[in-house]
Amino acid sequence: MLELIIAIVILLSLIIYALLGGADFGGGMWSLLAFGPRARQQRDAIADALAPIWEANHVWLILIIVLLFTGFPPAFAGMMTALNIPMMAMLLGIVLRGSMFIFRQYDLKEGAVRRRWNTIFGVASFLTPFFQGLTLGALATGQIRIEQGRVLTGFFAGWLTPFALACGVFALGLFAFLAATYLTLDTRDNPVLQNDFRLRALASGLALAPIAWIVFVTSKEGAPAMYHGLTRWWAPVLLAWTSVCALVALAALWRRRFRLARVAAIGQVTFILAGWALAQYPNLITPDVTVGNAAAPERTLRLLIMALGFGALVLLPSLGYLFYLFKGRAKRAV
Amino acid sequence: MFLYQNIRLAIQNTYGLVGTFFLGHGHPPSPAPAPCAGLTIYRGGCKLGLVNDFLFARSLMAMSLAFHIIFAAMGVGMPLLMALAEGLFLRTKNPVYLDLCHRWAKGTAILFAVGAVSGTVLSFELGLLWPKFMAGAGAIIGMPFSFEGFAFFTEAIFLGVFLYGWNRVPPLAHWLAGVMVAVSGMASAVFVVTANAWMNAPAGFKFAGGTFTDIDPVAAMLNRASFHEAHHMVLAALVATSFMVAAVHAFLLLRDPASAFHRAALGLALGLAGVSLPLQFLSGDASARTDAILQPAKLAAMEAHFRTETQAPLLVGGIPDPQTMTTRGALSIPAGLSFLAAHDTKAKVTGLEDFPRDLWPNVRVVHWAFDLMVGSALVMLAVLVWLGALRLRHGRPLENKTALRALVAVGPLGFVALESGWVVTEVGRQPWIIYGVMRTSEAVTPMRGLIVPFSVFTLVYVVLAIIVAVLLRQQFLEPHA
Repeated sequence: MLELIIAIVILLSLIIYALLGGADFGGGMWSLLAFGPRARQQRDAIADALAPIWEANHVWLILIIVLLFTGFPPAFAGMMTALNIPMMAMLLGIVLRGSMFIFRQYDLKEGAVRRRWNTIFGVASFLTPFFQGLTLGALATGQIRIEQGRVLTGFFAGWLTPFALACGVFALGLFAFLAATYLTLDTRDNPVLQNDFRLRALASGLALAPIAWIVFVTSKEGAPAMYHGLTRWWAPVLLAWTSVCALVALAALWRRRFRLARVAAIGQVTFILAGWALAQYPNLITPDVTVGNAAAPERTLRLLIMALGFGALVLLPSLGYLFYLFKGRAKRAV
Repeated sequence: MFLYQNIRLAIQNTYGLVGTFFLGHGHPPSPAPAPCAGLTIYRGGCKLGLVNDFLFARSLMAMSLAFHIIFAAMGVGMPLLMALAEGLFLRTKNPVYLDLCHRWAKGTAILFAVGAVSGTVLSFELGLLWPKFMAGAGAIIGMPFSFEGFAFFTEAIFLGVFLYGWNRVPPLAHWLAGVMVAVSGMASAVFVVTANAWMNAPAGFKFAGGTFTDIDPVAAMLNRASFHEAHHMVLAALVATSFMVAAVHAFLLLRDPASAFHRAALGLALGLAGVSLPLQFLSGDASARTDAILQPAKLAAMEAHFRTETQAPLLVGGIPDPQTMTTRGALSIPAGLSFLAAHDTKAKVTGLEDFPRDLWPNVRVVHWAFDLMVGSALVMLAVLVWLGALRLRHGRPLENKTALRALVAVGPLGFVALESGWVVTEVGRQPWIIYGVMRTSEAVTPMRGLIVPFSVFTLVYVVLAIIVAVLLRQQFLEPHA
């Protein structure tokens, strides 16, 4: 029971990381893809939106990792061994994304130098979520086999399959869509810029549908356990909710109801990740490592839950304050 | 092809030698878990390949830590200086302090971002490089890491408020945000060091037949090394930051002697240095005596102390020779080590001879790193005492150009001491990853080709360090508004 609580907290952190940190990566993608007469304005708007919050958003990833290695140590060891290569690539992306963004922000030299930081920042913003989606996909393939804590299938199993690659692309699309949707609210003082991001949100939102379909189709061969999960009774319900959210988000973007679009996009991402988690449960690394057999001893789990409760008391109000300051209605007053 | 193989073997041998020299004994991981794959072609190169991957795993970890620790230490020290500056501004309304706070905040933003991402790398590398360690230790020392996660969270949140909230929150709230950054920065340092202390003084579990049982995370956190490592590390961060900041402003004051700005900055930095450095000597003394009890092999290596004896002399410098168990050319202080280890000149101090050879850390590296650490601290102390004497004599130490130049010269020594101190504690613990329980070579990943991530991350970190240095310089040389 305790391990289930930790697993749920990890899932919640993952959802929040996707909603916040994921959108920051999406911002980086749009920054790289900025074009047209307002390219520079677009990049600056993205940077302004990210600057105060991206570091706090990034910490969710660290929380996920820490919870994973405290609550499910063998799962952490297995993932880091079998997926060593894509994880290293993702880390490189994380290092480059963060440092290049801060260089972009603080380099006093304008022009070519700043564009160079911005370009690497953008490329790393593509690289990182692609490998994140890929590793999550690889865990579901069932091709990574672990016996008594030893990875039997080497360092290339799972993550080079079409399914895992499709998951990587799906993460890119999802984060790009989230970012563009959020940015319509960050640019509410500039209707022209707002429309730029509205069109980007619509385009990426529409592109998500075929990508999602590819993920689903490849999962039949590539992740049979998950495919099987997606055909259980709750799947149509979740799929319906996801579709409703997606359609509402697109319609709201079309009608310029940007607040509604944001709520719907958040709902869409939440349902997708919740559905993924349900289809994956109880596996952490399909099929050998599960929430049950990888859990840390009860004493550790109990203390961890207490620590989480205590931490949440400090964290949640602080986080609320941060977003109230920089993303809430207070922003208008300045 | 043959030529290629020979070159390859030569390269591997060189790495092996260099690695053994710098990083201690490269124990090949006991029974090879997976067949030799891909890169290593040479017959018998399989074993060499394993040794090299073990060395590259250690090198990557060492390099990542050595890089991150600079930014982490700045992340402890700079917020404190910023909060002090803003506090002084709120009290005195002297705009110089506000300007100072703004400038330092810009530098801190850059340092913090690089520290945050390089810290993320480390949290993954725990598993990417040492999966067998984490599979066992995760449940035991995950607790301090979780606390560290929350501390880091508050640090990042309030740094956001601090950096971007100048016009959005009232002055007092802004200052409190700065205080929160300083407090949580210090807290995360303490928690992370607690986890490291557990590796030095493992507690809170039973280990039998390769599995950990009876796990007690609280006892693990409160292990006997935690307290000493925590104060030693926090003080080291404050010393390193304050001397570095003092050096930068001393340099700029030499160029612009009338600047009230750099005077104020130097005043604050030297104030912090004056408090933290003397305390660090007390802290170091306590740490050394703890080591004597908890990790006698590490203490013996630190002091190049081969023979167990009473009235043990303290050896400074010299070239330790593990083969003959002697140290050539060292300055010997009679009974010094006995006094240091137990505050008793007659105390018996265990030498390396009491340990099997394969449990010795690399004596040269540990001894020299220890001497470098203490030596750096003594030089910094001398400059500080000199400045204090100047102040007592005529009250204006900052008018003395030679003193300012000395400050510039010793500026990096705080970081030299910090890095060499980490070498002492990490290399000194070898061959263990968990002292007395698990060898580092048993914990390493079966992954091959670690030279690739090692080279890539080394290159990236070197480039990042250069860019950071250029940008920091830019921030400081930007004309004052």
